[in-house]
Amino acid sequence: MHIGSLTVWELTILVWIGSAIAGLLGSLTGLGGGVVLVPLLTLFFKVDIRYAIGASLVSVIATSSGAAAAYVKEGISNIRIGMFLEIATTLGAVLGAFLAAKVSTSAIAIVFGAVLLYSAYLSARTRVRLKSDEIPDPLATRLRLNGSFPTPEGIRHYFVRRVPAGFSLMFGAGALSGLLGIGSGAVKVLAMDQAMRIPFKVSTTTSNFMIGVTAAASAGIYLSRGYIDPGLSMPVMLGVLAGSLTGTRILVQVETKWLRLVFSVVILLLGAQMIYNGAAGKI
Amino acid sequence: MKTIRLPVWTDRRVEDLVGNLLRSGVLLAALVVFSGAVVYLARHGGEPADYRVFHGEPNQLRTISGILREAFSFQGRGIIQLGLLLLIATPVARVALSIVGFAAERDRMYVGFATMVLAILLYSLFGSS
Repeated sequence: MHIGSLTVWELTILVWIGSAIAGLLGSLTGLGGGVVLVPLLTLFFKVDIRYAIGASLVSVIATSSGAAAAYVKEGISNIRIGMFLEIATTLGAVLGAFLAAKVSTSAIAIVFGAVLLYSAYLSARTRVRLKSDEIPDPLATRLRLNGSFPTPEGIRHYFVRRVPAGFSLMFGAGALSGLLGIGSGAVKVLAMDQAMRIPFKVSTTTSNFMIGVTAAASAGIYLSRGYIDPGLSMPVMLGVLAGSLTGTRILVQVETKWLRLVFSVVILLLGAQMIYNGAAGKI
Repeated sequence: MKTIRLPVWTDRRVEDLVGNLLRSGVLLAALVVFSGAVVYLARHGGEPADYRVFHGEPNQLRTISGILREAFSFQGRGIIQLGLLLLIATPVARVALSIVGFAAERDRMYVGFATMVLAILLYSLFGSS
């Protein structure tokens, strides 16, 4: 079967299946499905990378909002940290979306590949547990960022550190999100967990909460530029949503360590392929 | 004197509202996209699909007024695009709701922050075309 000669029905079903698997793996491993969607569409379905980014961005909003709804209710994500840092991510996302129109598609593919390689590295590495400080940071206190969250052992309080560094990293995360159509959850978690010393659980859930707003900031620009195709975005969005919702249901029963490793290898290979195709001018 | 009983706006309550809004927004968007898909596939399912060359969407699928017009004239692609627009609007509505929540808590600093985020989002949605 030649991929270029598919009918609308065939493409819809194949893309739906691929997106559902991406969403499922993304949610089981916590790496997000967006990061493999664009390579899947460009490398296997030969979709132009601009259409692929538009479709991916839309699916990122769907999964982020769906998952965030649950976490917000549990009181783990910190709405103030999220809102404050969203100033940085949305500004970055607008910049990224403008850059996407200026930069060649080959360059976008190479940057995408580099981000994939970095994500694979991050997920394969064992995370260093950082102790959060006991002394409050004056800027974080002024901005009312310190918070608490429920744990099985009771309410745990935490103090936020290094606000300017976190804010700058978030701007970068937003720009990558807008340029590549991904959630860039990995960079967001890096900014909160490593730079700002926010507890890991709060970082991941707050990151998830922010991804939708960040993606919406560039999605508007992509829509008005004609990058969001309904025929392609439809199976991508419905597939990723179905996959990630299934993932959150079965999360508890699955051994994720091996899955994470396998997914990291897949991401690594896709990253290398994106860089190769970008450098060879095939994308 | 008449006492007006206002619901207490605590972080907890705002979080509950935000959670419900996000869930229903995504659900509604998915339903609209699915309905559009049924119409689109029924009419154009047998046609060849080709996304290898970038053309860009026609004007009526790029602007909010165009999308509404297409959707209400029962075009499959227009209905799907309306669903996607609803999806993009969900986080925007969330930020708008947060402004109300912060205002009720008399947190002026965060009303300011949320308003900035909302302005950037509205610029992206309306101002960039």
